[in-house]
Amino acid sequence: MNWMKHLSLYFIISAVVIIPGVYSLFRFGLRPSIEFTGGSRFTLVAVVSPPETLLQSFKEYSPTVESSDTQGLTFKSKEISQTEVLSILDGLKKENPEIKLTNFETIGPALGKETIKKTVNALIISSLLLLAYISLAFKRLKYGICAVLAMFHDSAVLLGVFSLLGHFRGVEIDLLFVTAVLTILSFSVHDTIVVYDRIRELSHKNKNEAFAPLVNQAVTETMTRSLNNSLTIIFMLLAMFLMGGETTRFFSLALLIGTVTGTYSSTFTAAPLLIVWDRLSKRK
Amino acid sequence: MKFSKPLKISLAILILTIVSLYIVLPAKIGNFSVPRINYQIGKIDLSKEIELKQGLDIKGGLQVVLKADMNNISESDRSTALESLKDVIGRRIDLFGVAESGIKTAVSGDDYRLILELPGVTDPEQALTLIGQTAQMIFALPVYTPGETASDSAILSDFAPTDLTGADLQKAQVTFESQDRSPAVSLTFKESGTAKFAKITKENIGKPVAILLDGYPITMPTVQTEIINGSAIITGKFTTQEAKALSIQLNAGALPVPVSVLSQKNIPATLGADSINKSITAGGIGLSMVILFMVAYYGKMGVIASIGLVLYGIYTLALYKLIPVVLSLPGIAGFLLSVGMAVDSNILIFERYKEEMRAGRDWRVGLELAFGRAWDSIKDANTATIITGLILINPLNWSFLNTSGSVKGFALTLILGIFISLFTGIVVTRNLLRLFFKGKSGMSNIKSKI
Repeated sequence: MNWMKHLSLYFIISAVVIIPGVYSLFRFGLRPSIEFTGGSRFTLVAVVSPPETLLQSFKEYSPTVESSDTQGLTFKSKEISQTEVLSILDGLKKENPEIKLTNFETIGPALGKETIKKTVNALIISSLLLLAYISLAFKRLKYGICAVLAMFHDSAVLLGVFSLLGHFRGVEIDLLFVTAVLTILSFSVHDTIVVYDRIRELSHKNKNEAFAPLVNQAVTETMTRSLNNSLTIIFMLLAMFLMGGETTRFFSLALLIGTVTGTYSSTFTAAPLLIVWDRLSKRK
Repeated sequence: MKFSKPLKISLAILILTIVSLYIVLPAKIGNFSVPRINYQIGKIDLSKEIELKQGLDIKGGLQVVLKADMNNISESDRSTALESLKDVIGRRIDLFGVAESGIKTAVSGDDYRLILELPGVTDPEQALTLIGQTAQMIFALPVYTPGETASDSAILSDFAPTDLTGADLQKAQVTFESQDRSPAVSLTFKESGTAKFAKITKENIGKPVAILLDGYPITMPTVQTEIINGSAIITGKFTTQEAKALSIQLNAGALPVPVSVLSQKNIPATLGADSINKSITAGGIGLSMVILFMVAYYGKMGVIASIGLVLYGIYTLALYKLIPVVLSLPGIAGFLLSVGMAVDSNILIFERYKEEMRAGRDWRVGLELAFGRAWDSIKDANTATIITGLILINPLNWSFLNTSGSVKGFALTLILGIFISLFTGIVVTRNLLRLFFKGKSGMSNIKSKI
C-alpha cells in the first residue's frame, strides 16, 4: 500500500484536530490550578446553610464553589490561611453546628509563578536536547527538526483538548498535567525514532531508490509495531482512566490522548514531513 | 558438567527471580507465612518484611512549605541561619512524635524555604502553631533543690532566666583550641549582650550557666572566669560533629528567623487508601489485557513475552523496596504506564522476527537477527525517553528546573521502568526463547524426497 500518496490528507486530518483546540487555547486559554496561580482550596462537610451564604462569609477571598458532592463542599479562593478559615467557620457554627474543615490546601502566588517558569524551562530544555540528540543520532538536522515538529504537533493536540475541557468541563491544568506533557514528548519522539531508524536502515541498503518510496516502505514495515505497542499502552491507560483513583484520572486521560496522537504523528506527520523537506530542498 | 550459555544465563535469571520474589512477597499470605532468612546486608534486614515506602499522598498527612524571613539576617549568615532553622524545626517535629517525617531546605533566588512532610498528622492547625514559632533562646541559671535526705545529691529543678537572650548573641562558630586542636564552640555577643554576659559570668564563677532553646537546655557550661569582652569559648570533650551541632543550635537563637506558610496541603489518609486500591484494580485489569493481547497476537512468543512482563513487575517492585522509591500516586501511574511500555522492545523484536521469517530464513537465524537488528531502534528510542525523564527528575537539583516530589517520583519510576524492561524484554525473553521456543523451519532446509 502506498501510504505516502496522500500526504495532504494527513496534514488536513491533523489540522482538523488541532485547529479547534488551538483556537480554544488562544480564545479561552488553559484553566490553571492553584499550583500555578496561587490560592487556596478547602472542603467543608456538614454544611446546612446554602452555598451562597458561605460564599458571602468568605467574600473577602473571592471564593468559588469548585465541587459539591458526598465528599463535601469544595471551595477555591484567593490565598487564605487555615486559621482564617477556622475563625470564619466559628462564626458559622450557629446555623451549621457540625461544620468541619476536612481538606485544606494553600499555595503562595510566588510559588505558582516559579512553577510556571520551571515548567517552561523544562519544555524548552527537553525540546532542545531531543532536537540535538536526534540530529546527532541520525547525522542530519532534518530528522531532528521533523521529529521535534511532530512532537509539537502532539503537544498542540493535547493542550488544545485540555483547553476545550477546561472551558466546557472546568478541567484544570496542574503539575501532573505538565508531567504528562513531558512524558508525551518523549513518547512521541520514541515512536518517531523507530520509524526514522527504519528509513535510515533502508536508505543504507537501497542507495539508489527515491526517497518517498523508501519512507513508504519504512512506514509500512513499522506500522504493526507502532499500533501494537500503542495498544498495550492504551490498555493500561484506559484501565487507569476508567477505574483508577480520582487524583490521577485526568493525568491518565492526558497520557491517553498523547499516546494516540503520538502514534498517529510518528507515521502520519513525522514521516511525511521528511518527504516534504526532501521535495522542498530538491526544488531549489 | 557443562552448561550451555543460555542455560547459565537462565539459571542466573531464576536466582534473581527467587531473590526478588523473596523481597516482594509480604511476610504472610493468608495462613501461609513466607520463611525469612536471618541475615543483614548493610541496612537491609532480610529477616523482616521490607516495607514499600508510601508517599504522603497515600499515607495522608500534612505537607508545608515554610518561607524563612531573612530580612534581619545579613547576607553572609543566611545559609547558616537556614540550617539552624531546620535543626530547630526538626526538633519540634520530633516532639510531635511523627514517624518518618521529612524536612528539606530549598533556596530559590532570594527565597529561603523549608519543605516539611509530616505523615499521619491529623491536626494540622496544632502542628503548624507548634512548628511555626520563632526560636526563643535565653541564658538561665540552674536552680537546685536539696535532696530529701542529706546523702542525696541536689536535684536540678528549675531554671531562673536572666536578661541575656538569643537577641544579644551575634554568632556561634566551631573553632579549634590552640593547644590541642580539639573542637570547641565560640560565642560572640553583640554590644547589648557584652555587659549582661560580663555580669552573669562575674556572679557565677565556678557555677554552671544554662542556655535554653524553646525552654530546653542545649548546653550547660561552667563559667571559668569573668568574661568582659563579649567573646567566649565553650569547651568540652566535643567531637567536631558535636561542636557543629551545638553551634547550629546556638545560631538558631542568635539568628532568629520568623517563618510563614508559603503553601500547605492537608491530605486525609482515606483518600490515599481509596486511590491505591483503585489503582491496583486498574493495574491488574490493564496487565491482563496486555497479556491477553500479546498471547492472542504472537502465540507462543507472546506467552514468553508475558512471562517476561510478570518478571518485570516482580523485579521492579523489588527494586522499589530496596532503593527505596517513595511511591506516590503519580509514581504508581508511572509504574503502570511503564508496564504498558515494557513490551515495546518485545513487539519490536517479534515484528522483526516475522519479517526475517518472511524473508525465508531458518527460525534460529531469524531470531538472532531480529534481536540484533531491533536493538538499534530500541537503543535510540529509549535514550530519548531517558533524556526527558532526567529533566523531570532533575538529579542535580538545579533551581531553574522542577523540584516537586511527585513529579520526580513519577519520572524515577519511568526511568527505572525503562532499564528493567530493557533487561526483561531483551536478556530474559531472549534466553527463554532460546530454551523453550521452536519455530518453523525456513526454506533453506533440505527435505527428503519421497
